Amino acid sequence: MDHPRSFLRGWLASGLAALAVALASGSAQAAEPLKIGFSMALSGGLAGAGKAALIAMEIWKDDVNAKGGLLGRPVQFVYYDDATDPSKVPGIYTKLLDVDKVDLVVSSYGTNEISPAMPIVMRKKLVFPSLFGLAVNDQFNYDRYFQIMPAGPQPKLDWSKGFFELAKAQNPKPKTVAIVAADSDFALAAAAGARENAKKDGFNVVYDKTYPPSTTDFTPIVRAIQAEKPDLVYVASYPPDSVGMVKAAREVGLKAKMFGGGMVGLQFAGIQTNLGPMLDNIVNYTFWVPAPTLKFPGIDEFLKKYEAAAKGKGVDPLGQYLPPYAYAYMQVLGDSIEATKGLDQAKLAAYMHGHTFDTVVGKVKFGKNGEWAQSRVLMVQFRNVKPKDLDQFRDPGTQVVLYPPQWKSGKMVYPFNE
Amino acid sequence: MLSVDLLSNALVAGLLLGGFYAAVSIGLAISFGQLDIVNIAHPAFVVVGSYVAWILNSRFGLDPVLVGLLAAPLFFAAGVAIYRIYYAAFERTGQESLSGLAFFFGLMFIVEVGLMLAYGVDYRLVSAGYIGKSFNLGPVGLPLRLVVPFVAALALTGGIWLYLARTFTGRAILAVAQDPLALQLMGADPVRVKQFAFGLATATTALAGALLIVIGPVEPSVGREYIGRVFAIVVLGGMGSIGGMFVAALLLGIVESVVSTFAGPSWAPAVAFGVLLLTLALRPAGLFGRR
Repeated sequence: MDHPRSFLRGWLASGLAALAVALASGSAQAAEPLKIGFSMALSGGLAGAGKAALIAMEIWKDDVNAKGGLLGRPVQFVYYDDATDPSKVPGIYTKLLDVDKVDLVVSSYGTNEISPAMPIVMRKKLVFPSLFGLAVNDQFNYDRYFQIMPAGPQPKLDWSKGFFELAKAQNPKPKTVAIVAADSDFALAAAAGARENAKKDGFNVVYDKTYPPSTTDFTPIVRAIQAEKPDLVYVASYPPDSVGMVKAAREVGLKAKMFGGGMVGLQFAGIQTNLGPMLDNIVNYTFWVPAPTLKFPGIDEFLKKYEAAAKGKGVDPLGQYLPPYAYAYMQVLGDSIEATKGLDQAKLAAYMHGHTFDTVVGKVKFGKNGEWAQSRVLMVQFRNVKPKDLDQFRDPGTQVVLYPPQWKSGKMVYPFNE
Repeated sequence: MLSVDLLSNALVAGLLLGGFYAAVSIGLAISFGQLDIVNIAHPAFVVVGSYVAWILNSRFGLDPVLVGLLAAPLFFAAGVAIYRIYYAAFERTGQESLSGLAFFFGLMFIVEVGLMLAYGVDYRLVSAGYIGKSFNLGPVGLPLRLVVPFVAALALTGGIWLYLARTFTGRAILAVAQDPLALQLMGADPVRVKQFAFGLATATTALAGALLIVIGPVEPSVGREYIGRVFAIVVLGGMGSIGGMFVAALLLGIVESVVSTFAGPSWAPAVAFGVLLLTLALRPAGLFGRR
């Protein structure tokens, strides 16, 4: 009698064990992480921005994973430092796709680091959410490229459009412009757009030069510009050069009526705090400032999280420029995956093209070339900046939005040296 | 059109820039020019000097140039320690040429990564009353942000030149550069002399770093921008010549500034390095080099 009973018990136990193994393996499969790969400038010249972007992306990942991940899978990042060296980027993306077998890729930060990844991503026909590339897709025409910087459908032109629109509206209308740019992909594209806008709007270009990235002293450049007596000075520069250019302009006593345009770095809280009143009346581009017109749902909450995460990491302490967009380009990808319920690249691309996304940087709608369907390059003017005061940049008023008209929060002080 | 005002401003701006280049190059003129140590990490040490200036300026409001002077003895001690390692690992065994170069290359990366880990990658700037201000001498504008480094560089170069020419240790350094065996026969220890000289070379980077951050923002890898330039200045001036290095630095600054003003800034490095090549073609030992 015992024998059949023990057999039954054993059979039942083995059945339960098999069920447990099956369940366990099923849940392990569901818990397989969804891997998103990218290269990022974590050292070298663009590392300040790259590390800040990574902090924002990690915040998004934590937010998503706290809600159960995507498609029921936890999100995991696989990333490598490209050391701000474009030549390293192709190797990184090849490794991400062929060795690490990531499910999806997103871009590094900046034009110079995005372009080298494009041929590899295109060969694999992957969607490519990109972070702050200026007119990268002009060369590639890739229909799965989605760029989060709000440079508009004609990024080269839209980048400086606001600067020239503001100049055109002055009475009497200024006549001449000087264009100076760093000798690198982004700045050259920005300068090319400025040149076209100047021509279109009837400004006479009296100085048009580039400078090498190793330039130490900018006073000879500013003096050479001053000698041409331009009404407007449009600068396309990287952070250290922007600081050098602003200091040189103040030291030389630049007499232009408008100065600024495409200077990267004047959006970073550390640089803003140090330059202080030297920034007054400069009209420069940016993508977000704490103006009442730009209070999008979720932005304050995100910035609060960012400030806490950035503390002690030696990155931009306020993170108003790049981090919200680094969060938003992940939001676009995440929302698309959830909506299409899968990782089919064609479906994801179609969804991204056809849908308007609600993000921390407002509503995002992509145009045919993967740029924002409508430009939102803000032209802001620094006003009454106090020396060594970081907190002033948390409040509206220090940076007044002048352009586009629908986001305007104040009037321009003109001329620059007023 | 050539304007006299513009030319005089370009010349003065170049002179001031050249003074700064001299401050950054003088340590290398000692370590590379006189001791034949290919210290490719020299600009990275300069960046460390910038960070020391930034820390004490942002926390205690100390003037960056003063910080540079105060930190120099610490940098001297670090230089002595680095030379001891270099000597024990490479020079003593005669492997200094290639392995020594790799050592300093590695050191440069360690310094960069160390700064990155400790202080992050954000741009660092200092505040001082003279930054952003300028004064005029007739038609010539003088930005204090460049005048202060020029004066400091002048004092540093003059001081080191006098030290090498007038003191016993200074002459021993010059002697070790020319003939270490003869120095040994005179009863002096060439290793100790070289160790002291390398310490002195490293001490100058404390001040040079302070001047660098006075001029513009600094991040951990900014030193790489200066590697080519500082070696070019030392070679152009003539290996072993402090005066030659100073003249070469001024020359490079002036050429860069004048070309930048009149032909466009993108031509400046090409013309400056063209001058270097032309000079070396005519005078292979540099402007004031020993043959």
